[in-house]
Amino acid sequence: MTTTRAGRLYAPIVFAMLIASGASHARDLTVVGFGGSLQDAMRTAYFEPFSKRYGAPLIEESYTGGIAKLKAMNQSRTVTWDVLQMDENEMTLACDEGLLEPFDWKSQPNAADILPQVKAPCGVGAFVWSKVLAFDPAKTPGVKSWADFWDIKRWPGERGLRKQARMTLEIALLADGVAPDKLYETLGTKAGVDRAFAKLDQIKPHIRWWVSGAQPVEWLAAGNVVMTSAYNGRVAAANKDGRAFTMLWTQQLYSADYWTIPKGTDKLKAARELIAFMTSADAQKRFAETIPYGVTNNRASALIDPKIQPDLPTAPQNMAGALMIDTPFWVNNEDELQQRFERWVAQ
Amino acid sequence: MATTTETPTDSMGRATALAPPSLSSRAKARMVSALLIMPLVLFLTLVFVLPLGGMLVHAVENGEVGEALPGVAAEMRGWTGEGLPPESAYAALARDLKAAYGDPRLGEASRRLNYERAGYRALLAKTARSIRAIDRPRAGWTAELTAIDPRWSETATWAALRRASPSLTPYYLLTALDLRMDDNGSIARAPAEERIYIDTLGRTLWIGFVTTLLCLVLGFPLAHALVSLPRGFASVLMVCVLLPFWTSLLVRTSAWIVVLQKEGVLNGLLTRLGIVDAPLELVFNRFGLYVAMVHILLPFMILPILSVMKGISPSYMRASASLGAHPAVGFLKVYLPMTLPGVGAGCLMTFIIGVGYYITPSLVGGARDQMTSYFIAYYANTTINWGLSSALGAILLACIMLLYATVGRLIGVGRIAGIQ
Repeated sequence: MTTTRAGRLYAPIVFAMLIASGASHARDLTVVGFGGSLQDAMRTAYFEPFSKRYGAPLIEESYTGGIAKLKAMNQSRTVTWDVLQMDENEMTLACDEGLLEPFDWKSQPNAADILPQVKAPCGVGAFVWSKVLAFDPAKTPGVKSWADFWDIKRWPGERGLRKQARMTLEIALLADGVAPDKLYETLGTKAGVDRAFAKLDQIKPHIRWWVSGAQPVEWLAAGNVVMTSAYNGRVAAANKDGRAFTMLWTQQLYSADYWTIPKGTDKLKAARELIAFMTSADAQKRFAETIPYGVTNNRASALIDPKIQPDLPTAPQNMAGALMIDTPFWVNNEDELQQRFERWVAQ
Repeated sequence: MATTTETPTDSMGRATALAPPSLSSRAKARMVSALLIMPLVLFLTLVFVLPLGGMLVHAVENGEVGEALPGVAAEMRGWTGEGLPPESAYAALARDLKAAYGDPRLGEASRRLNYERAGYRALLAKTARSIRAIDRPRAGWTAELTAIDPRWSETATWAALRRASPSLTPYYLLTALDLRMDDNGSIARAPAEERIYIDTLGRTLWIGFVTTLLCLVLGFPLAHALVSLPRGFASVLMVCVLLPFWTSLLVRTSAWIVVLQKEGVLNGLLTRLGIVDAPLELVFNRFGLYVAMVHILLPFMILPILSVMKGISPSYMRASASLGAHPAVGFLKVYLPMTLPGVGAGCLMTFIIGVGYYITPSLVGGARDQMTSYFIAYYANTTINWGLSSALGAILLACIMLLYATVGRLIGVGRIAGIQ
């Protein structure tokens, strides 16, 4: 059905690659994450205990997001990924295009404990992450908001932001005084987008653009930037290694990453078992205690060490003034806004 | 067949008794050689001709809407594009959306429609969800659809559907050239804040040109030194030239970051010697990009020039000197013209490889140094807009073919390839 002309066209190539790679060999259950300190934590909390309990070998891979490889695997019918971590945006797109297995809640013993906001048609929330303003209080004391991020006079030096329209435009509007509950209404208008770009223009020469989640923390440590946007877990991991960066929880931007199952895998049952294991309260407790991301199982929250609670994005005091990233907005507008953003950056 | 004249023939033109063994052995030899090159032909077809053809097809292919909503596509062929389409088009849309609900092809169609205008992805999804509840329209499908979303009563929505439904589209190629087809079907430039690809293409060609020029300026004297220096010294120099060939591209590029960055080797040396007060910005900008690209591409310039220079006998220069020419005049009038095929081949190769660079600009270039291939990779990997990715690739390919044809006409393709 979805085998388009392109599929037929590429069939001989895929056939040749099949022969070359010996893909007919038996394959172990394969789980794919985003690498780095995040995947280290998943290994400790999920992958190794799962292997041990079920006596089943588990293969790990990592990727940097994007649904192209998923689509290519689907078209060539050589699906070698079984469980996949995805951000909400890409999960929604991949689900719409039929690249993911519809999520079967009946196979999930923890279904009743999962937060309703992270129950998606094609996935279940893996964890809640947050993008925060991070800085070194020894060098730039007194930073309180994204508006201060724009104050080059008071805190001179370069700033790190992700080279992406999503979240960057939100940060610009937050800095310009737009309230979180009015933010996407503003960004939905041309005037609102112009306003965000105008705000970014003010500090453009001072911005250093990062691409992978590890960069901003490295730059902050090396002194290349004096403040940056960063994922809370990465900052916490650096602090664990002896840094003392401050994270600004007010005006944090948060969303969830999901566990999904690529359509066409021949290990559906094992994949569902792994996901059930990873969304159980015990496993999520271990995960959050290794890297402080928010959990998606209600019962896990109560189990987590109280000392760690204040570091989680989902802690009540951290949620004040927080902005939930509006995935439907970005699913509709990312093509257009990202193109304008790319052009603006390259000017 | 020019060789048949050698075969003895009788008066009727048939091969004589002597000939058959030689003919059949020749045929056999031909067959063997054909079989021997078969793997190569097969390989080239699989990894070169097919993907390239696939890419060009992707740049104009537009099956998404037609496959998911065949009734609408048929209605759109009959619609003039003025005002609003007839009730039958609304009915077809309702029928198609009901049939396609839950089909992944509807997702692909929504993505395609969203390229025409942001927000149409959600419009289609929302309409498909709502229309299922309606079995029989109370006052016609026009009224029902307009009630679901007022955008269905706008000409712009239907014009977008009409543009998106034929099986071939100029959309991607136009977008890759910063052009747009408006609701009336006329082609206009994209709004100023969305124009991006022509500038990027210009930048790509410019970076390729400057890199080629720098390689030529550095490579020509070096190639000359390689042929004129004593053997032992020349071979050491040759190893130095070839060394970049033997290290991974990623290692070479990352090494430049180590050398050129703010706290890097070079800046450390310069500040310690007191030549500069503050460290210089040497990397993550155009300068760093040129340094890294020239380093990587230099062998592609030197080797073709070298091979031509090796074939030039020193007696030509001696002859020009003996006829009274100044060495400079001899060089310009005798030596230089003879090296031109090598120079042409080197420049062409350096330029073509240079404009396709992706990893190096993304590692050592700044935000303003990204080339067309950055967007090709972005659309192919991140947003799976393979149409636009292919269109950008096709335009880059067209530029290179044009250049190749021009240089080929000036110097001759055979001479560039060295098979004159």
